[in-house]
Amino acid sequence: MAENIIELKNIVKRFGKVLANNNINIAVRKGEVHAIVGENGAGKSTLMKILYGLYHPDEGQIIINGETIIKNSPKNAVKHGIGMVHQHFMLIPPLTVAENVILGMETSKGPFVDINTANQRIKKLSDDFNLHIDPSKKIEDLSVGENQRVEIIKVLYRGANILILDEPTAVLTPKEVEDFFKVIKSLIAQGKTVIIITHKLDEIMEISDRITIIKHGETVDTINTKDTSPKEIARMMVGRDVLLQAEKKVAQTGKVILDVKNLSVTKSKDVLALDNLNFEIKAGEVLGFAGVEGNGQTELIEALMGLNTEKIKSGKILLEGNDLSNSLTKERLEQGFSHIPEDRHKRGLVLEYQNSDNLILGQQHNFTRTGLLDRIGIDEHSERLIKEFDVRPPHKEVLSGGLSGGNQQKIIIAREFFRKFKFLIAAQPTRGVDIGAIEFIHKQIIKARDEGKAILLVSAELNEIISLSDRIAVLYKGKIVKIVDADKTNKNELGMYMTGASNG
Amino acid sequence: MDKLNKKILIEFIIPIFAVLLALIFSDILILIYKESPLKIYKLLLEGTIFNSYGIGQVIFKTTPLIFSGLAVAFAFRTGLFNIGGEGQLYMGTFVTAVIGAYLPDSIPRFLAVILCLLGGFLAGGLIGFIPGFLKAKTGSHEVINTIMLNFIVLAFINYLLVTYFRVPETLHTKEIISNAHLARLSEFIPALDSTYASLAFVIAILTAIVVYVILWKTKFGYELRAVGHNPEAAATAGINVKKCIMMSMAISGGLAGLIGLNYVLGDKYYFEEGFSSGLGFMGIAVALLGRNHPLGVVIAAFLFGVLSEGGLVINAVVPKELVDILQAIVIICVVASTTEVRKILARGK
Repeated sequence: MAENIIELKNIVKRFGKVLANNNINIAVRKGEVHAIVGENGAGKSTLMKILYGLYHPDEGQIIINGETIIKNSPKNAVKHGIGMVHQHFMLIPPLTVAENVILGMETSKGPFVDINTANQRIKKLSDDFNLHIDPSKKIEDLSVGENQRVEIIKVLYRGANILILDEPTAVLTPKEVEDFFKVIKSLIAQGKTVIIITHKLDEIMEISDRITIIKHGETVDTINTKDTSPKEIARMMVGRDVLLQAEKKVAQTGKVILDVKNLSVTKSKDVLALDNLNFEIKAGEVLGFAGVEGNGQTELIEALMGLNTEKIKSGKILLEGNDLSNSLTKERLEQGFSHIPEDRHKRGLVLEYQNSDNLILGQQHNFTRTGLLDRIGIDEHSERLIKEFDVRPPHKEVLSGGLSGGNQQKIIIAREFFRKFKFLIAAQPTRGVDIGAIEFIHKQIIKARDEGKAILLVSAELNEIISLSDRIAVLYKGKIVKIVDADKTNKNELGMYMTGASNG
Repeated sequence: MDKLNKKILIEFIIPIFAVLLALIFSDILILIYKESPLKIYKLLLEGTIFNSYGIGQVIFKTTPLIFSGLAVAFAFRTGLFNIGGEGQLYMGTFVTAVIGAYLPDSIPRFLAVILCLLGGFLAGGLIGFIPGFLKAKTGSHEVINTIMLNFIVLAFINYLLVTYFRVPETLHTKEIISNAHLARLSEFIPALDSTYASLAFVIAILTAIVVYVILWKTKFGYELRAVGHNPEAAATAGINVKKCIMMSMAISGGLAGLIGLNYVLGDKYYFEEGFSSGLGFMGIAVALLGRNHPLGVVIAAFLFGVLSEGGLVINAVVPKELVDILQAIVIICVVASTTEVRKILARGK
């Protein structure tokens, strides 16, 4: 039996009345890839922040390399060889790789920063771990995958032996995920230990040695990856059997609902964000848009919704033959658009509003009598939706900003499905949502499709795109590279189109 | 529901904390002046809220501050910072005075007052609308534009006043007709005799209630506040953000246009150059201390009213600038303590 490099014993952490971690026990062995899984709000992030010294546990022990840590802090954690790679990169784009890596611990030669020594050290790290990073390149010229490897170099540069990776594959393409797994393998080969937090079950199965499942702030179990299955992990996470793949009948398509013709949108003066898009969506059909983020998805959604219209260069948007190209957002919503925004904090919710106010956002005119808000009607409406969509905590007065991401998403889903819509834009509908809720949201989307709505799905999750869509359009640099039938394609083929190849 | 109570509590704790902090600072200042803080405060309170004349004068001083605070708070709720109150109030007050002066003598009293009010509101609103329009159409920042407009409007009004409207040998307009006068409160409450407090105060309180209803009870207010918190989410929900910005700035300017009501319809009965001495800017302090809520604005306006009148009372013992300093410290403390108090409360959980 390998020795335990980290032991967390009976960790308890409370925030006010909320018990974030309740008696958590984890033992991470030296040289393994240890996955930590759990639904949103299960307490994974809190636990990792405790390990990294950002929070102090109310009870329990942290033992690193056999040494009990009394007063933990990020500085102390780094000293004990723990490095954390956050989900959101913390890099400064105009600076070079080396400048970013040494930030906060610059070695100097007289009054000058000694960048040459840093370059050499980074080059060596890059070679040792197959990271393929040129230290003199600027961050802004690197891809997302390379950015992530820079973050890894950052922690290795600080002498980390134990790397905590928080949702590392969320922003990567399938090819980048493959490369990333190679990096993890070479880290392990060189004697490092990796803790990976994720909710992507197939990835856990592929890369991890052991898995610890956390539910409601408590450890459910730690199991060997080779002895388990995604289905079993999902059951342990949620507490019941979960459909991992959306089930749907063959599409019964009707007439064309949405027709987009020659849509072009500018990004900056000479650069097009969308270049002459043509597609249609029929009643009862889900058209998925696959693509690496930043290839025009956001601009497409905005153009369809009538937002930032000054950027639209040309094109027509027709709903059941009616030209809505020049209509206001409000008119489009009234005509039968519905919209689950890709960024719920930015576009989906007013975080300072209570749930009941967010549940009528965009429909407030339906809850108004002679200019005054119909409070009683709004309250009844909210209570009904909160119950139906199982929003937790189930209070209409709670500010939406205080909800977990999954519950915020439920508020938006509840609101947008309540509209009488013909056409739905579902952008990243399950981003950051736990698997129990994902199943629910997928069922809602399929139900709407079976009722004859036209649905445009944008998602960074290829599994989601493939399982929900009837047809899939791949966006690359603002162009539709290819539209394929969902049942005649696979991740690898889509991954190729996503990097611009025009035939698989 | 205890969550709601807690929220309200926080809203009150911050300003109270700020005022207490300001008192500590002013204690030090008074001590440096070799006077007893207790004596000064006693004098200040006796001269203001503990005698009927004092109360009347405090009400008189509170009235314009309520309008001024409401103007800033209203824009702030839509995410806009209107610091053009000074220009808006000049335009509003000037128009009020001119309408009042040129109405036919026979016009019924109620109608005369309504017309003066409406004129002031619309004139102030027009000046508020301009930076709102510029913000909506070109994205230029309202802070810059409202400040710049202050200079333009003040100069323009002076030009109009000196060239066309002044009574010769003076710097004021001709007197408004007697039917446009707002009754003094002493007509109803004899104890307020010889104070300048007028029905303008009642109008100010009613306006605060109207502002509350608009912001929190109407669809329009719901949309304005949504724009204030998150304009992108509001736009996504189909709310016309540009329209909201223009409307909010216009209404804010209109409220500022009523700041001079007290002065023109209730006290001097004419518009005079330089009468405001920064009332428009004081609204920022009132709104900040009042946490941008109409009730808070009324309370904060009253506090500043007390301080302003109190300054005159204590002037015999210490310089009245002490009160100006006290006001400034209150403002700084509000701004500084907003996040601090939250942190302290969060830690106490």
